[in-house]
Amino acid sequence: MNSATVTPVRPRKAPATRVTQRRVALSEWTKLRSLRSTWYTLLITVVATIGFGVIASAATAGRWSSMSLADKASFDPLSTSLLGVDFGVLAIGVLGVLLITGEYSTGMVRSTFAAVPTRLPVLWAKIGVFALVGFAVALPSTLIAFFAGQAFLSSQHIQIAFSHSGVAGAVLGSAVYLMLVGLFGLGLGTILRNTAAGIATFAAVMFVIPPLVGILPSSLANAIDPYLPSNAGAAIMDIAAHAHTLSPWAGLAVFAGYCAATLAAGAVVLMRRDV
Amino acid sequence: MIDVSSLTKRYGDKTAVDDLSFVVRPGVVTGFLGPNGSGKSTTMRLILGLDAPTSGGVTVGGKPYREHVAPLHEVGVLLEARAVHPGRSAYNHLLALAQTHGIARARVDELIELAGLGGVARTRVGQFSLGMGQRLGIAAALLGDPKVVILDEPINGLDPDGIHWIRDLLRSLAAEGRTVFLSSHLMSEMALTAEHLIIIGRGRLIRDISVSDFVHESSKNVVRVRTPQAGELREMLLAPDVRVSSDEPGVLEIEGLSSDDIGRSAASSGFVLYELTPVEVSLEEAFMALTHDEIEYRGSDSTATTTIDEQERMAA
Repeated sequence: MNSATVTPVRPRKAPATRVTQRRVALSEWTKLRSLRSTWYTLLITVVATIGFGVIASAATAGRWSSMSLADKASFDPLSTSLLGVDFGVLAIGVLGVLLITGEYSTGMVRSTFAAVPTRLPVLWAKIGVFALVGFAVALPSTLIAFFAGQAFLSSQHIQIAFSHSGVAGAVLGSAVYLMLVGLFGLGLGTILRNTAAGIATFAAVMFVIPPLVGILPSSLANAIDPYLPSNAGAAIMDIAAHAHTLSPWAGLAVFAGYCAATLAAGAVVLMRRDV
Repeated sequence: MIDVSSLTKRYGDKTAVDDLSFVVRPGVVTGFLGPNGSGKSTTMRLILGLDAPTSGGVTVGGKPYREHVAPLHEVGVLLEARAVHPGRSAYNHLLALAQTHGIARARVDELIELAGLGGVARTRVGQFSLGMGQRLGIAAALLGDPKVVILDEPINGLDPDGIHWIRDLLRSLAAEGRTVFLSSHLMSEMALTAEHLIIIGRGRLIRDISVSDFVHESSKNVVRVRTPQAGELREMLLAPDVRVSSDEPGVLEIEGLSSDDIGRSAASSGFVLYELTPVEVSLEEAFMALTHDEIEYRGSDSTATTTIDEQERMAA
């Protein structure tokens, strides 16, 4: 007590460590990399994206000489080599859902939010880390799918060059699309907080609803179709102009809008609900 | 220091925590006691801001948990339901939590040693026994060297070694001036570990009392007497401050007289006694009587009452 009169009372030292957005992101990276399911699912994304593109290209090249003129006319070397992206979408979307529903199903979320009680930094960190990892995996996949696919197609001299107008953008944009699909899954998972519900909803939105829209009268179907998430996103892989589809980057922008809306809704749920 | 004030939590029309107020002070181990389903875990989630209260509030170290810039340094918590991803190793689980606060890897290694998980740190948590899971949970709770430690049923699944370990650990944490708050549905365990008790039933506060006061309050002076002349003995002993009850023929339970007094009176009047035994009411029995009363008093939920009845029958 005596020393207090001699030494001025120091302000209470701030804690040596505290929660920051950057630290939460590092933590989310550790969480992501430390689960085997992450690597399995990313491997499936890569294999599906490359594999199905290569198979489609090789098959087309193989039967080119026997194909009808109509089929030859509608053939598109770019979208053929990127056919696998539609399958990669399924894997990376499921991983996005699992990224957050895995926390709810295991109870890990209580540890997570006890460490970061303001919660939102966790969602931002998941978005940031998964966007980086997703893009880092998706870009080599679409590049390899494109060049391997064109290599097969070149045997029939029906390939398209990477330098051809719009092609580089489509290959790059397809990787962005895969990354965004992962974030879309993350958003759905954040809203639904349940693995089965999240994956079912994701699959319904991306794969079930589009064919159902075809049942509608064509005037209505043509109006809705381009704006369905999977159609808007997949427009990036098709540089040929078509009726009733959005232009590549407009389509991708629409899909990014769906992602942003879903994640925003997820953020609201995250802040409001008990865990 | 945990300050719970008028805390209420409803899920639909079910009230889990009902106008609960109490303070948990630093420097002692405080036990949070109540039957299963009495609202202990809910209260702990409310303290951590995992659930939002319907009304009322709770502060830890002077402010709501959510407002702490380094919550792991303020509160360390072990929640009853496992809060770990089974696919992750113990090391990576602790590392991920530590990284949110910039806590060094060396601290993670230290906690793994402290919890006795050195040999299994790289094993996926899904393969852990319940006891190992509890040890990991306790390691996670202590990661940030917190001022307040909250443990929900920490004894669950621990072997005798582990129970001994955690008792010592909790006492030393309290001795260092930390606030230690642990829940249990077992009075006997609390009597060994805690110094202070918060007892709840159906979400309401029943007692906020030191363990020694509770022991004193509970130790009724009952003497069991077996005699062939039960009726006459009862007549002779009855007095304003003496209560005599009988559950079976020839046996009396006498409250308000010592066994010495009863023996002397019986001898001087020539009664034959087969048995004269001072009966101690166990803390467990006192606790169950307490919570049972609360439930009967509140009682519309028949399932809860049945559960307590069953516990009592099993204990008897």
